[in-house]
This record gives sequence, C-alpha cells and structure tokens, in this order.
Amino acid sequence: MSQLLEVSGVSVSFDGFKALNNLSFSIANKELRAVIGPNGAGKTTFMDVVTGKTKPDEGRVLWGEPPISLLGKSESTIAMAGVGRKFQRPTVFEDQTVFENLMMALRKPRSPFAVLFFKPSAEDRDRVADLAGTIGLAQALQRKSGELSHGQKQWLEIGMLLAQEPQLLLVDEPAAGMTTAEREKTTDLLREAARTRAVVVVEHDMEFVRRLGCKVTVLHEGSVLAEGSIDHVTKNENVIEVYLGR
Amino acid sequence: MTDSTLTGTAPRQPLALRFPAILIFMACLALFTVGVTILSEGFGIGVISTSFVKTLGKTLCLCLVALAMDLVWGYCGILSLGHMAFFGLGGYAIGMWLMYERTRLIVVESMSAQALPPTPEQISDGIASQIFGVVGASEFPPIWAVAHSLPLQLAAVVLVPGLLALVFGWFAFRSRVTGVYLSILTQAMTLALALYLFQNDSGLRGNNGLSGLQNLPGLGNVPQSVVSVWFLWASALALALGFWLATWVVSGKFGSVLRGIRDDEARVRFLGYPVEAYKLFVFTLSAVIAGIAGALYYPQAGIINPAELAPIASIYLAVWVAIGGRGRLYGAVIGAAFVSLLSTWFTGGQAPDIVLGSWRIQWVDWWTVLLGVSFVAVTLFAPKGIGGLFDLLADCLTPNRHGADLGPDQGALREQEADK
Repeated sequence: MSQLLEVSGVSVSFDGFKALNNLSFSIANKELRAVIGPNGAGKTTFMDVVTGKTKPDEGRVLWGEPPISLLGKSESTIAMAGVGRKFQRPTVFEDQTVFENLMMALRKPRSPFAVLFFKPSAEDRDRVADLAGTIGLAQALQRKSGELSHGQKQWLEIGMLLAQEPQLLLVDEPAAGMTTAEREKTTDLLREAARTRAVVVVEHDMEFVRRLGCKVTVLHEGSVLAEGSIDHVTKNENVIEVYLGR
Repeated sequence: MTDSTLTGTAPRQPLALRFPAILIFMACLALFTVGVTILSEGFGIGVISTSFVKTLGKTLCLCLVALAMDLVWGYCGILSLGHMAFFGLGGYAIGMWLMYERTRLIVVESMSAQALPPTPEQISDGIASQIFGVVGASEFPPIWAVAHSLPLQLAAVVLVPGLLALVFGWFAFRSRVTGVYLSILTQAMTLALALYLFQNDSGLRGNNGLSGLQNLPGLGNVPQSVVSVWFLWASALALALGFWLATWVVSGKFGSVLRGIRDDEARVRFLGYPVEAYKLFVFTLSAVIAGIAGALYYPQAGIINPAELAPIASIYLAVWVAIGGRGRLYGAVIGAAFVSLLSTWFTGGQAPDIVLGSWRIQWVDWWTVLLGVSFVAVTLFAPKGIGGLFDLLADCLTPNRHGADLGPDQGALREQEADK
C-alpha cells in the first residue's frame, strides 16, 4: 500500500516541554487509523503539525505520491492539498444555515474572486442535499446550525469535511459528549468515509476505538509507544502501564 | 421551507428579489432625494436652506463610509479604527484639483490685463505662490504633479486610499495581527497620517488644509443653492450604488466566508480558504468606498484639514455603526444618519438647555457625554443597535419558531386554529 502521509522524526517543544519527541509514523491510502494516548501525549499537537498550525522544531512531514513536504505551507494550502480536520468541540458556523455551512465547505475554487462570482449550480445544490441526507440533516437545510443539537453539529462538521473531499481526514474525539445511539451513527459515518479516503481518529475512549475495528497507534510523551490491532496494543505491557499504572 | 429549496431545483432570483432590503432602501433614498430637491432653494420652493441641504448631502456621504465600515467590521470582524483616514485622503485627492483649477482661473484672469500674454511658467508660478504662500513656499511639491488633471485626480480618489489599505493590510494581515492589536495599529496609521499632514512641508498646506472646495471651477456663476443639490444627488447615487455593491458582496458564498472569518477565523483556514486574502480584499474595497465618500463630502464641507484624519473621527465612525447595528448594511446607514444629524442638532446650539437647580446642562458640551453613554448602553443592552428594532417588528408579524414544526405534524394546523 502506498503511503499517503509520512511523519518522521518530528519534534515540537513549547517552552522546554516536549509535546512531540521524535514522532514517526505513516498513514496509508484509504486507511482507518485510531490514535490513542493519555492526556498530554501529543495527539492534538500531531494534528496541529500536519495541518500547518504549528511549525515543528525538526523532522519531516511528507504528503502524497510523489511526496511533497507540508512544512512551511499555510493552513489553507494544506487543506486544499487534501487534509481535512475536525476539531474536538463542534466548530460549525452557528450564525449560518446548514445549507450555507455545507456550501462553503464544498470543494470549489477558494480564491476571493472565484468565490465572489460563484453561483451554485443545480449539481452543487444536489450535492449539498445528498450530503445533508448522509449526515441525517436533510430536513434541517434551512435551519441555523446554532439551533442544532450537539450531536447534529458534530455530524454537520463531518458532513462539511466530506464536502471538502479530503484524501485524509483528521478527526479529534468525535464521540465526546454523545449518546450511545449518536456514537453508533458517528462510527458508521467514519467507517463509510474511510472506504474512499484515509481517516485518522484521535480518541480517549477505548470502547469507541474497539467499535471502529482498525489499526491503533498509541502515543505517549510525544512518541509512538505501540502500534497494531486493538487487542494487540491492549496486551502490550507498556500500554497497560501507561493507561493503568498511575 | 419549500421542497424546491431542498431538492436544489430552485431558480436563482435577481439580487434585489432575494434581498428586498435593497428595494426598500432605494425607495426610501429616492423619496428622500426627491423630497429634499422639492424643498430646496435651488430647485424647489425654498423651505430648506442651502446650508441644510449641504448638511443632508454630507450625511449621505457619512452613511456611505459607515457602510464601508460595516463591511469590514460588521461582516468580516476587523475593527478598523482608521477608516476616516481613507475618507480624508479621498477628500484631499479631489480637493487638490478643485483648488488648483480654481486658482488657475483666477491667476489667468488677473494676468490677462498684462500687455504681454503670460507664459505657462508664469501661470504655474502664480498658482503655486497663491496656494502655498500661506506655508511660505512658492513651488509645487511633487505630489501636485497631476493636480491639473481632473481624470487623474479622480483616479487618485480611488487609488490612494486603495493602495494605502492594500499595503497596510498586507503587512498587518500577513503577520496575523487581529483583534484589539489591529485596532490600535489602524489608530496609529490615521494618527501618523494626520501628524504628517500637519507639517507645512507635507505639500498639502499643513494645518491650513485645502479650502474653497465648495466653488466648482468654471461654474462660478452657478449659485451654491444649485450646486448643493447637485452634490446631494451625486451623494445619493453613490450611496445607492454602494449599498447595492455591498449587498452583492455580502450575499452568497463570499458573504458566508466573510461571516465565517468573523466568527471563527481558524476554522475557515482549515476549510482551505486563504483568510488573509479575503481580509485584504474587503479592507481594500472598503477603503476605496471610504475614499469616494470623502471625495463627495469635502466639496460640500468646503474645507479639509488634517484634523479630519484625527483618530477620534474613526472612533466616531465605529460608534455610528455600533448604534445603528453592525452586521446589517441598513443598520450602519441608519446609525450614521441618525447619530450625525442628532450631533449636528445638539452641537449647533439648537437643543434646549436643561436646568437642574444650579446646574445647567448645555448640550454643546454635554453631547459627547450623552453619545458615550448611549454607546455603552447600546453595547450592553442592545447589541443589535437600532437595526434590532426591525427584528422585533418582524418577530411580531411572524414569530421566529427556530425551524420547529407547527405541531405534531404538518396536517395538525394547531397554530392556525388557535388564531381563529
């Protein structure tokens, strides 16, 4: 399987604290991967580095085939290269309707002049309606997204990411604060998304990761502690010590 | 919610139909302009004095610059406290031509009595010593190089504020300066510009500024009562076009992105939008609109000097937009018109004094206090400003149900039955 994202030897420190310490791992095309680890393990910093929010002190971040370096590129350039990111708390534009949120995310030219003269075609509207159907918000297209429930906002954000058509989806704790039924739907959405693209899910919750049924990377103190299936890593003594030993 | 909006087959309507506010706004503006024309001295029955026609015309220009302010602040979240600098630069650009051309006509006429016809150099020197004698100079500074040409100075009205905004914005936005730091930076910009223009060797007559701008060159025999109405028409037209342009910009996906930047800049970046380019675009566009507004304002005011670019002027602009209601274009226009006309009334000594025992509140002095208190009150208790009243009105007509269904199902019609 060809590599989509390769992170090698990346270190980031904030005021002497090493958030990432020589982190190396890679994601293949159309792979579903879970990244777990205790608080402060560097999960969010890893996402910040890949999406261009944080500049690493050293290391390489290579993307695609043939590989190009993502370091030094702006957030918007990286997003357009095909990296989508979902934040921990739902960040949708609450003042705007579900339709506007999805239309904004739809993969189209992003320069100010292209957007100024943009007119949604019938296909664009159909695409938005399809996406709204996928995330279960078909009846809510004209509602302000601020009026949606917490779970619906999370789905809307996933829908916006799908509209962006990224090759890699970085998802930060998608199941936080959800009911059991909402979690199941979220799992389905992510598994479905992983059929056509790579998805990296950062999660605390072991049960949720088990339900995803994919390869797991365990981070600890800024580097990879263990990697493999969920059963493999939960039997790893280092992992048990990190999770249960304190 | 109709089915057509869901399936996406709805045909796209013209802008004015999608945003009826445009039609209402244009109708009000047209009515106002026609009304003032009929009541004016120059074209009508003379109920309104020429100076008040000028005040109204100037108010329209202030509405236009408030519209520009609302674009950057209300929609894009950039609290610029330096927009009156662009307004002033537009005024200076047109003022240079007005002053040059009028002085030239005077100089040529005074020299025509001489036995020998004057050479171009003599005329040029004559104009320069007339204009710059007051600051002890008798030669044209380099920035007056194109002052003889109306088209080039008109281009400067747009280009000078636009370029300044482009360069300033490029540096500020590229360094990701946001929030209160950006506001301070814009204040510094307008203060620096004002201090520079106060110098005699700035080339724009220092603190004397440019004067006599109300006299249009070559139209000396047209009375001010007529000229004032011309400018009222021009200002109304500019405001109408500005309103239409601003509505177009903030409608559709561009407006969506702008409001997204205002609410969550980082999220818009991760959607792949180059946020800095958008900010720069809006900042420059609004500076250009502000420049045009200034170019229409100062010929009506008659004089421009560096004090017009003082930081306080831009703060007033922000206060107007806040009181009118930011984030909606008509709110900014209403705010600017309402507050600036009220300010004219209070500071003009027409407001009756209030006597509180031995205290006497004279509004000429106390108006700024009242304005400050109302600004604080609006910010605390009515963040939507005057524009929020329209929401209240609309809510009375059709309650906002926040998308909820009418009843258990669409067929139940509980609300309609309850009305009967």
